[in-house]
Amino acid sequence: MFKFVSMRLLQSIIVMLVVGLIAFGLFRFVGDPVNNMVGQDTTLEEREALTESLGLNDPFVVQYGRFVAKAVQGDFGMSYRLRQPVSDLIAERFPATLELSLVSAFLALLLGVPMGIYTALKPKSLFSRGFMTLSLMGVSLPTFLIGILLILFFGVSLRWLPTFGRGEVVELGWWSSGFFTASGLKSLIMPAITLAIFQMTLIVRLVRAEMLEVLRTDYIKFAHARGLSPRLINFSIALRNTLVPVITIIGLQVGSIIAFAIITESVFQWPGMGLLFIQAVSEVDIPVMAAYLLLIAFVFVVINLIVDILYFVVDPRLRVQS
Amino acid sequence: MKMRNLLAASVCVLALGSNAATAETFKWAFQGDVQSLDPHGLNETFTLGYLGNIYEGLTGYDADLQLQPSLAESWENTSPTTWVFKLRQGVKFHDGSDFTADDVIFSWKRSLTEGSDMKGYGAKMADIKKIDDHTVELVTPAPNPILPRELVFLYMMDQGWSEKHGASEATSPKAADSTATYAAQNANGTGPFILTERQPDVRSKFTRFDDYWQDIPTNVTEVEFTPVSQDATRVAALISGELDLVYPIPVQDWARLEEAEGVRPLTGPEARTIFLGMDQWRDELLYSSVKGKNPLKDKRVREAMAHAIDLNAIDEKIMRGAAVPAGMMIAPQINGFDEAMNQPYDYNLEKSKQLLAEAGYPDGFELGMDCPNNRYVNDEKICQAVVGLLARAGIKVDLNAQPKSKYFAKVSPQNGNDTSFYLLGWTPGTIDVHNVLFNLMSSFDTEVNSGQFNYGRYSNPRIDAITQEVEKETDTTKRQALIAEAFKIMRDDVGYLPLHQQPLSWGVREGVTVAQRADNVLDLRSVVISK
Repeated sequence: MFKFVSMRLLQSIIVMLVVGLIAFGLFRFVGDPVNNMVGQDTTLEEREALTESLGLNDPFVVQYGRFVAKAVQGDFGMSYRLRQPVSDLIAERFPATLELSLVSAFLALLLGVPMGIYTALKPKSLFSRGFMTLSLMGVSLPTFLIGILLILFFGVSLRWLPTFGRGEVVELGWWSSGFFTASGLKSLIMPAITLAIFQMTLIVRLVRAEMLEVLRTDYIKFAHARGLSPRLINFSIALRNTLVPVITIIGLQVGSIIAFAIITESVFQWPGMGLLFIQAVSEVDIPVMAAYLLLIAFVFVVINLIVDILYFVVDPRLRVQS
Repeated sequence: MKMRNLLAASVCVLALGSNAATAETFKWAFQGDVQSLDPHGLNETFTLGYLGNIYEGLTGYDADLQLQPSLAESWENTSPTTWVFKLRQGVKFHDGSDFTADDVIFSWKRSLTEGSDMKGYGAKMADIKKIDDHTVELVTPAPNPILPRELVFLYMMDQGWSEKHGASEATSPKAADSTATYAAQNANGTGPFILTERQPDVRSKFTRFDDYWQDIPTNVTEVEFTPVSQDATRVAALISGELDLVYPIPVQDWARLEEAEGVRPLTGPEARTIFLGMDQWRDELLYSSVKGKNPLKDKRVREAMAHAIDLNAIDEKIMRGAAVPAGMMIAPQINGFDEAMNQPYDYNLEKSKQLLAEAGYPDGFELGMDCPNNRYVNDEKICQAVVGLLARAGIKVDLNAQPKSKYFAKVSPQNGNDTSFYLLGWTPGTIDVHNVLFNLMSSFDTEVNSGQFNYGRYSNPRIDAITQEVEKETDTTKRQALIAEAFKIMRDDVGYLPLHQQPLSWGVREGVTVAQRADNVLDLRSVVISK
């Protein structure tokens, strides 16, 4: 077990290094950051001096090496655009993204799993067909569009919910939370739904497919033959067996919720990491882009590791083999 | 309707009951946040305009961009190269300290420190001498008729405050240690609003400065600023009543704002001129079907292009009639503007085809064009329209529209002006014609830094000479004659193809009045919220 975890950690470092290398290779194609950092009257010489002092004239491998050398000491540099340490900026934005992601994931699970079970157990009912049609829409409608439609309906027409931002937040040490104020909670509703819809539809379809498969297995038939109550069979036996692969996928989805909150955050001007990243891209803020990409790579690596460890815990057969 | 009135009345009663009559909160949004609060950190219109509510210069602009006294009460040109400025007495910084001549000298020196982006303005003075606590003498390296204009955005900082917080030098984007960036996160000016809270990119809050030195129209006591990057979200936030003023509004959303209740678009011509530039220096164009020569060096070809572009069509179809077609490279708000010169080239397709045939291109030619797609109002759409219009004359344009970061990286002189034909917009920061003559119309020269934004490297020695004279000429009549001569030459040479002044596009809630400045700056001094 120890060997397994340490091997995986070693691999994860390699993954992050490769992500960083690719990222730095691509930054050259994003544009020139210097033009965004100076005014129009700044002379050519000053622009060139700035480019030089930022090390942007060096080959990207050298820039990357410098970044890594500083990053291992915990120094991710200064944001070009906001002129603050990148680590401060990310620490400031992280709570917003995490709160949004967790609420979305929770919402997706809470609605997705029961809907999946229902559609599997009663595939021909009217509700099931309704759910499946809705989930098809959820999968195919772009997040941006869903966000804008929600804003127009609940924000502009009904004026029930704020159209942008995070509302008032409460500072708990270094963590800023929107859970404890009315405006914070109201602001959370629309972005959380927008972000949850895709995940939810995915869960509905996954649970349904798995459940249908399990219901066809011999041990379920046998359980019926034994005369066990349908409730016991469906929820105790079938559901439990369904959830093993579902949990794996959901674990990975949490990672992608954090990483792909970008669109939702920019539609709702949600002050999280995704918004920070997308604005960094448009202004070619290389230190922020680099740190964000590495952080996301790290999140995925950690979640993968946890999921792998969970396999050992959940599935006894794997333990026997190792 | 009755119900609505009743509701409104009860809201009023509630508001009065909660004693809200004394506090007026003004909430506004722009598409981005300022990069730094350091008044010498970035010479860019939005940043300087935003900071203009906290900091002030010796001189200032009113709502019509006319020069006004600000922290200086009066000034006098005592000899060609010396100016005496009388400073206003009794002006206080937000931290309570007095504004004196020492602060002027300190701020000027600070603007010349390494991290400063205002060196260009600082360099307009060779020395500043303190005569007494409220009088300074400015020495310029050469006669400079527009010195008072060039001081508008050179904001005054408090020497004591800056030294106390280790902020005696301007913060540069590359500053590594956090103490050096104090002035980038904190502010202490003489302006009418005090910054009370700031979370970059998220929210900034201001409160009215009670000891402000002058009476101003605004009744706003609290200000909340939020950057909202998505156009659709920004417009929705205004219509939903959460914000009092937002900008920019996409031109295509004006109709929506007019239809929606309680909000309206606020528009007018901006002092920014949008124009097309052409490569006139290479012997062979980088992006063209013509090999071995540069068709754009031939004046007849440039003229043919000028006559093929229908400015009214672009205005009506792309800008909803809100742009002002231009014949000059400066807008009417700019000092030095000459109405007689502002007649656009007439649209004449026959003449255009004829000129092309004379130049030896009866079937036209292919030409590559660079265009930003997130910098100016409808920039990419304008370029697409130009492509269509030039196609009628036979010039087949291949458009390359990309985000501003990539566009400027490609066409800028650092990259060797890698373009054949491009769209650019310009507002002279000094609101004076010299800036345009120097940056856009003069020959590209790295020695004196002229023509830096002359990406097509148009060059006429007479304009270069005039530019130098305009810089020094203190006689207004003579100066205006020189300006007219330069623009006449430019027009005859067809050095550039001016398109239009782009429209300002703000959205406000009913009941909010504000002066919309032609440089697209929101001056909070003018914001009045009616009850």
